[in-house]
Amino acid sequence: MMAPFFKFGMFGEETSLVLAFVIGIGFGFALERAGFGSAKKLVSQFYLNDLAVFKVMFTAIVTAMLGVTYLAWFGLLDLSLVYVTPTYVLPGIVGGLVLGFGFVVGGYCPGTSVAAMATGKIDALVYGAGMLFGTFVFAEIYPLVERFHESTLLGPVTIPQYFNLPYGLVVFAVVAVAIAGFYGASVVERLVAARAKER
Amino acid sequence: MAPATSTAAVEAGRAGLHAVTADRDRAAPYANPYLAGIGLGLVLLAAFVVMGRGLGASGGFNAMVAFLLNTIAPAHARTREWLEGYLIAGTSPLKEWLFFEVIGVFVGALLSGLLARRVHVTIEKGPRISAGTRLALAFGGGALMAFGAALARGCTSGQALTGGSLLSLGSWMTMLMIFAGAYALAWFVRGAWR
Repeated sequence: MMAPFFKFGMFGEETSLVLAFVIGIGFGFALERAGFGSAKKLVSQFYLNDLAVFKVMFTAIVTAMLGVTYLAWFGLLDLSLVYVTPTYVLPGIVGGLVLGFGFVVGGYCPGTSVAAMATGKIDALVYGAGMLFGTFVFAEIYPLVERFHESTLLGPVTIPQYFNLPYGLVVFAVVAVAIAGFYGASVVERLVAARAKER
Repeated sequence: MAPATSTAAVEAGRAGLHAVTADRDRAAPYANPYLAGIGLGLVLLAAFVVMGRGLGASGGFNAMVAFLLNTIAPAHARTREWLEGYLIAGTSPLKEWLFFEVIGVFVGALLSGLLARRVHVTIEKGPRISAGTRLALAFGGGALMAFGAALARGCTSGQALTGGSLLSLGSWMTMLMIFAGAYALAWFVRGAWR
């Protein structure tokens, strides 16, 4: 049995939509379990009193990264068939900044806003309406930003490919950085809690 | 017998009166972030193995905009180059993988929230702003997020989480910029949260 199953034709488009729904249930369940249906919990990351966003995100990244790395290593997964979004340097950087602005102003990111809507947050519903509006405006003005949006294309390139490093070495480095980050996060949380007590 | 019944009735009335607060008090604590992270990572891994693609969220919203625009003004929708990937003749814009996935996110979060007694109709905001201000900021933040996701070709799910675990160069750049942007603006909007 070889993965990705869909790419090897084990099922068709219709089934893939059912699987999308099932995978989405797991995604939403994990987000809500982590507390990511709450804007206050999410933005705490940016005021440093609760770094759960960092911890959950990096644990998830490390888990999935190690999973694909080992499955590919054992020959069970053809990693070249897993879709990687092409890198466009400048739109990726500017878009990321705007995403960050929207996150701290709105209190959610798109996925977590859906988890928040499901648990009754009216502000998340309004956030979702804002997303529909922003998407509509982008589609309307796209001719004006098209040249920028299509600029600085590097293709679907990975860090090991771009810097010509062994894949395993980069995986190891990400795990090491994550572990150091988890330790750093616990130190920061303790410092911020101590400072809040003093006041 | 009668006094006992009336006490029970009073108790029940009190419980009903304080149902909202009591329910909130009984809400289960959130999961350990590392356990939740492993769970999220395994869902993402399942998407890679089964579909050969990762998770996303903003794409689901794109599909919805394409659907709405196509319903209200189909001729105009067809001229919107950015949505053309969602507007394929003979099929609904909502027949999109990420749209079905986002519906699943709603159901999964509702399930988790109900099990933990965390489903309450409420407006979450900081103590110093009005509900109206919070909703205006939520709308503006959502609009910004949609714009950013359109520029960056994905959001925290599609770029940071999915691309991050595949070691995509652009995803790591976008992820770092998301944190940079949020931290840069956090001080200016602190009044909304603290």
